Amino acid sequence: MALTAAPADTAVARRTDPSRLLKRPSESRQGLVSWLTTIDHKRIGVLYGVTAFTFFLIGGIEALLIRLQLAAPNGKILTAQIYNQVYTMHGTTMVFLVIMPMSAAFFNYLVPLQIGARDVAFPRLNAFSYWLFLLGGLFLYSSFLFGGMPNGGWFGYAPNTSMTYSPGHNIDFWIFGLLILGISSTIGSANLIVTILNLRAPGMRLLRMPIFSWMTMIASFLLLFSLPIITVALFLIMFDRQWGTHFFDPLAGGDPVLWQHLFWLFGHPEVYILILPAMGMVSEILPVFSRKPLFGYPVMVFSGIAIAFMGFGVWVHHMFAVGLGPVATSAFSVTTTLIAVPTGVKIFNWLGTMWGGSLRFKTPMLFAIGFVVMFTIGGLSGVTHALVPADRQQTDTYYVVAHFHYVLFGGAMLGIFGGIYYWYPKIFGKMLDDRLGKWHFWVTLVGFNLTFGPFHLLGLQGMPRRIYTYPAHMGWNVWNAVSTFGSFVIAAGTLIFLWNVRRTDQHGEAVGPDPWDARTLEWTTPNPTPEYNFLHVPTVHSLDELWHRKYTEDDNGRLVKVADSAQFVERRATADDHIHLPSPSYWPLVAAFGLPIICYGLVYKLYAVSVVGLLVLLFGLYAWGLEPSTQPPEPGDEGDGHGPVGELGAPEAPAELGDAAEPAGIGVGASGGGDPALPGGDVLGDTRADGIGDTTISVEDPDD
Amino acid sequence: MTDIPTAAAGPDAVTDPAIDAELAAEAALIERHAHPTDGTYMVVGLVLAVLTAIEVGLYYIKGGALTTVTLLLFMALKFAIVAGFFMHLRFDSPLLRRVFIMGIAFAVVLYTLVLLMFGVLHF
Amino acid sequence: MAHLLPAPGPETPMGAHHQPDSHHATATGVSNEKLAMWGFLASECLLFGALISTYLLYRHKAVSGPTPRDLYDIRFTSVSSFVLLMSSLAMVLALAAIQRGDERRLRVWLSTTALLGSVFIAGQIYEFTSFIRRGMTIKTNVTSGAFYVLTGFHGVHVTLGIIMLLSLVNLSVRGRIPQARSEVVEIAGLYWHFVDIVWVVIFTVVYLIP
Repeated sequence: MALTAAPADTAVARRTDPSRLLKRPSESRQGLVSWLTTIDHKRIGVLYGVTAFTFFLIGGIEALLIRLQLAAPNGKILTAQIYNQVYTMHGTTMVFLVIMPMSAAFFNYLVPLQIGARDVAFPRLNAFSYWLFLLGGLFLYSSFLFGGMPNGGWFGYAPNTSMTYSPGHNIDFWIFGLLILGISSTIGSANLIVTILNLRAPGMRLLRMPIFSWMTMIASFLLLFSLPIITVALFLIMFDRQWGTHFFDPLAGGDPVLWQHLFWLFGHPEVYILILPAMGMVSEILPVFSRKPLFGYPVMVFSGIAIAFMGFGVWVHHMFAVGLGPVATSAFSVTTTLIAVPTGVKIFNWLGTMWGGSLRFKTPMLFAIGFVVMFTIGGLSGVTHALVPADRQQTDTYYVVAHFHYVLFGGAMLGIFGGIYYWYPKIFGKMLDDRLGKWHFWVTLVGFNLTFGPFHLLGLQGMPRRIYTYPAHMGWNVWNAVSTFGSFVIAAGTLIFLWNVRRTDQHGEAVGPDPWDARTLEWTTPNPTPEYNFLHVPTVHSLDELWHRKYTEDDNGRLVKVADSAQFVERRATADDHIHLPSPSYWPLVAAFGLPIICYGLVYKLYAVSVVGLLVLLFGLYAWGLEPSTQPPEPGDEGDGHGPVGELGAPEAPAELGDAAEPAGIGVGASGGGDPALPGGDVLGDTRADGIGDTTISVEDPDD
Repeated sequence: MTDIPTAAAGPDAVTDPAIDAELAAEAALIERHAHPTDGTYMVVGLVLAVLTAIEVGLYYIKGGALTTVTLLLFMALKFAIVAGFFMHLRFDSPLLRRVFIMGIAFAVVLYTLVLLMFGVLHF
Repeated sequence: MAHLLPAPGPETPMGAHHQPDSHHATATGVSNEKLAMWGFLASECLLFGALISTYLLYRHKAVSGPTPRDLYDIRFTSVSSFVLLMSSLAMVLALAAIQRGDERRLRVWLSTTALLGSVFIAGQIYEFTSFIRRGMTIKTNVTSGAFYVLTGFHGVHVTLGIIMLLSLVNLSVRGRIPQARSEVVEIAGLYWHFVDIVWVVIFTVVYLIP
């Protein structure tokens, strides 16, 4: 058998195997190291969420600075130069460092649980995506220390971003920061697509999959196909700036409009990437709090797919005033109007879900309903943009700013907050206080409308975007003042939320696994969710699997409870249950560090630094490749003592003290019974190359 | 990122007959899949070489629009041959074909539209 | 109603220490790695499409200086293209070898692929240095810029592919690519063939089309 290596090779291979350079951490679930080396999708989800929320606070402060500067005419709070940096970073932060990673937080935490899997398809790659996000965000913000933050708008129009008009390194940090973030998202999207297609539990056909997982898959395809386009755009402007090319220089035959096409070819699908996950969350929340199934689930799935496809066909509506000619502009006006159809369908289906339902107005429900209303308003202003003559007046005014804040804040953020309140008890084991949650909601809703409602009027009154101040006689003073006031009301709402989180952390009561009486599989895991997710991978018989296990309908169509969710929550695993999990690893973190180092070198043209970064990256990747996804027991360790399988939050017998290694969970993964009709009945993932193998508690090598 | 078996996994991994049996079964499965033979691959390689030679010949003929169309056709043909045979798409799950074709289709449609808007493509 | 309750399923024993990864029990029947690679390649179509379109846009827009069309040597580039095509043949023969269990032939064909790929890169470098000597650099005009960025991106992809191939040879020498693990070769092959396909498009669109 080819697997047999000559004994001498074994010893040599061990000594020269770079993956052994960094001792694989023990399975202890506590401490900084456990977080730095985690490959558990739930932990990575929490990391994404906490990091993204921190950026939300920073982006919010940037917003407050903008509003302070614009509160009155001839504002003196920020200079024009600083203003440019603040509004650019506000947009870049909110899009790339808040909404996308907050969505990623939910993708990561929920998707494996919703589809009945133990983790994503490529757990270490998942960790790599997160570290790239964190390091990319830090890289972007490090520009503050290095002479100035990006200042060309979140859309970076050429030739404004060329060396001629943007000397200094501000834009370079923007370019390289976005490239790092783009790599993170591309990898993450591939990971999620493979996870959703390949790792569904037996019986979970695609049209039985929870709607949030569907929206995740669709958004991931959008990311996969749109990110390469902005990657090229960023490289072209990078070459113009660093190496003297002329891609966007009209004097040399270049064309700035190329930047706009490439950017918006990405940028428009991007806005659907931003909204579809929140739509998925709303589609999960409304049925639970209406005690009714999602109205028209297949239509919701297909409208999501339609939005994604059509989303690639409307980008020129960002360029209606560029002078592309009547044919192009009318064609895209038509496509843009058409895309309102699948979107509108969703809105009616949400209404249909609530209609006749037994509504419970808890905080998640309020945020979900808030989404529906605010997003509809934003969608309506969007429809007005689709009409070219109207858009000629609206474009580059505050009317557009109103539109996208209604869909992105009133839409995506409210939806995300709904998701936070809804899934909080599943993630953290405690429910956020509902009264404080309602205060948070109403204060935010009022503040939001006070801030952005007036923008419609200001836009129609001619106030342009991206100006750092305005004269006193334009008639814009009152609404700007109102808006600034509103922004501080939003801030107050956010403080209420933070207070809620802190209070819950300190005094919150632990709740059971299914506090909302929900419909989907993630609510069947015990609280806190153990590392292995499901003791037995469930077999799925229908959409809303959990609901159908708990309830059936009598002849009058009334719900009859047949089981309590507590019956489906299984006891904690012991070593006899033979569950395989992949082992933690340092290498994703190490490899991730390579990228910002490369980028610093390129920004400052210190190519030696870039070479170092490249070596770090390659070394990290190489060691990662050689490292088995699951640490096998060390030679000399006998597999006698079996400890309990590691669980989130459960302190372990500290193996670092040099105890004899206790490999645990040896043996085989379990399956919740295969559905013979499905190919690959046992999708526990034992056969996933990067997923499953032996679990070991300690990898302390007594020989070393 | 695959799970590469460590030679140093300890004596059990190397000599466990259960694993050997499984690997043998695995190997048999791989061999039984429908695979073109080495000879087939060589023929495909030859076809590709001939197509390339014709293309280069066409370059020297300078026939204008017809040349362009023919060259594009040949390009698509070579593309399909490499994808279908060398990349095994012809024999693999349709899912993979669909994913790849989606990428190609998006690229062709979107960039054709962009070039049309720049007036680069004329009909 | 009993069927609605979850049945604690029978434990399905699988191999204890590691799984042969080319026969995954996935919901689609396709292995994770293979599906991921095809997704990545689909994504790369958009990347190279943008670069090719940029070239097509700027093909005739040069304001001054020589353009690639002025400097091409089609015979030289045809030979280069032929070499890359043959490297794809070598790659697929490498895969066929390991699928038959022939580890030695695997290494021979993988090395051949890497060698042919290196010949291609050497040809590119030669071609570029001759262009530079004759006055066409990346900043000479928009056409030259688009040309170098497109072919440069492609060249980097080929180079990374060569590194991957050599790593596989190294792993095979260490006995870590037995027949049951042939899928890792298949996946590297997919990447390599894709890079070849991209060159098929570049060669036609950039060099041949009048």
